[in-house]
Amino acid sequence: MSTKIDDELFGSADLQWEKLKNKLFLGICFTASLFGVVVLVFLLADVAYEAGIGIVEFDINIGQFLTEGGRRDPEDAGFYAAIVASVWLMALTAVMAFVVGVGSAIYLEEYAPDTRITRLIEANLANLAGVPSVVYGLLVLAAVVNGFGTGSILLAGAIALALLIVPIIIVSTQEALRAVPDGLRNGSYATGATQWQTIRQVVLPAAIPGILTGTILALARAIGETAPLIMVGILFTARRPPGPLDSFSAMPSQIYVWAAQPQPHFHHLAALGIVVLLAFMLTMNAVAVFLRNRYEREL
Amino acid sequence: MIQTATETESCDNRSTRPDETVLRASDLNVYYGDDRALRSIDMAIPERKVTALIGPSGCGKSTFLRSINRMNDLIDVARVEGELYFHGKNVYDDDVDPVALRRKIGMVFQKPNPFPKSIFDNVAYGLEVQGTTDDVDIDERVERALKNAALWNEVEDRLDESGLELSGGQQQRLCIARAIAPDPEVILMDEPASALDPVATSKVEDLIEELAEEYTVVIVTHNMQQAARISNKTAVFLTGGELVEFGDTNEIFENPDHDRVEDYITGKFG
Repeated sequence: MSTKIDDELFGSADLQWEKLKNKLFLGICFTASLFGVVVLVFLLADVAYEAGIGIVEFDINIGQFLTEGGRRDPEDAGFYAAIVASVWLMALTAVMAFVVGVGSAIYLEEYAPDTRITRLIEANLANLAGVPSVVYGLLVLAAVVNGFGTGSILLAGAIALALLIVPIIIVSTQEALRAVPDGLRNGSYATGATQWQTIRQVVLPAAIPGILTGTILALARAIGETAPLIMVGILFTARRPPGPLDSFSAMPSQIYVWAAQPQPHFHHLAALGIVVLLAFMLTMNAVAVFLRNRYEREL
Repeated sequence: MIQTATETESCDNRSTRPDETVLRASDLNVYYGDDRALRSIDMAIPERKVTALIGPSGCGKSTFLRSINRMNDLIDVARVEGELYFHGKNVYDDDVDPVALRRKIGMVFQKPNPFPKSIFDNVAYGLEVQGTTDDVDIDERVERALKNAALWNEVEDRLDESGLELSGGQQQRLCIARAIAPDPEVILMDEPASALDPVATSKVEDLIEELAEEYTVVIVTHNMQQAARISNKTAVFLTGGELVEFGDTNEIFENPDHDRVEDYITGKFG
């Protein structure tokens, strides 16, 4: 009797099958998202295991690893020169890419008239962000290393990395500027502020957390890039920490060189190098997440 | 420039010429692209009175308000024809800098838009960007603006807190304080209470009447009771950007000349 009433009340639609479809789809989506995480965990575990073996069985001294430069003999080799080179690269890349990228984004978002040329530039920026990094390495090899005859110096590597991440910084800065409500700009203009005062005192302070977050994430990508550095011509082992005008080998390229050596000792050095490189990237990403969470509620 | 043209008149003569016309539109037309948003507006707005602009949505009242301080300049497709005189000077003349004009004509928006800065810095913003001289005491000016905006008692011991921490009604009064701190002559208000609850609305309404003792207030409102309560003059815009009737608020609400205005006010239309 009760089933009859239920049928009349809610109709006779078969919800079981619909619900099953939903569960199936949920399962597919969950598996897909799990796949990336599982692979990442597996890779991390493998690297940590290799690094651990290096420390236990090959007696790699972590103190020596972090304070010595590259050597031909794996017993004496360390990562210090590569770490210093990468820090220099990041600093120079950050300055160049930030100035050019944020400047372009402010021009495009705040000043540029909405013309066909502006739209063309914006569309091409998205394409530039997708250009393979090796192409930027080639460009710098031709224009700077050979063109200006600088040779394979650290500054040339920084230029290649800056070119690589400028489009990313432009796009993320534009998004940060667009997220600033127009009401704030209007409020500033209506109070008698000039365009410069409005940008300097209202728009940029509101957008700076987003700009910094995007810049740091772009730098975190640049620090792991190997291809453009190889193009610029640094495939060797650096003994001493470099300055901006010295030849150099950064973290990813040093790892690449070590991994290509025949002696297994070098392979474990490479694994330990990867751990250090990952630690740098995770720290940068953590800073970016921290900045975003800290300031996002304020608008 | 406009500053030098009006500076001498503004302060000294305010008390001696109470019914002077401050703003006068003459055959003012505004276009957005091909759409004509305002049709040949003629209107004289008296000094230190509240002038309300009412009408249905899309009638052009906000467009008229924004054409007074040239905020329409910020919209690429907007185009203005005709004249709008501020103390006898057409603000659309080539030699008028809109930035200088906006320093004489403050504005409060529909949605409270405090900057993500401290309460103090929000109010001091106008003084800062307009470059005050050394003998101006910014602390004192901020305090006076907050008192005039009826907000001082609520924020005096937390001026360092972010303006975004305030409630909606407080934020709107903060924006009013920001608009009056540099001491403009005219304050434009674009539905300043429409995003507020009834209590906050009545506070803002009381405030507007007080402001009219010192400033010329032009207010856009959807709310006809509000216009009737607080304004001295009322302008009724109807669809198509036409100014249908303009006069003393009492006359407009009790005995309008046009049937269309009467229909609108009594709620038969719009």
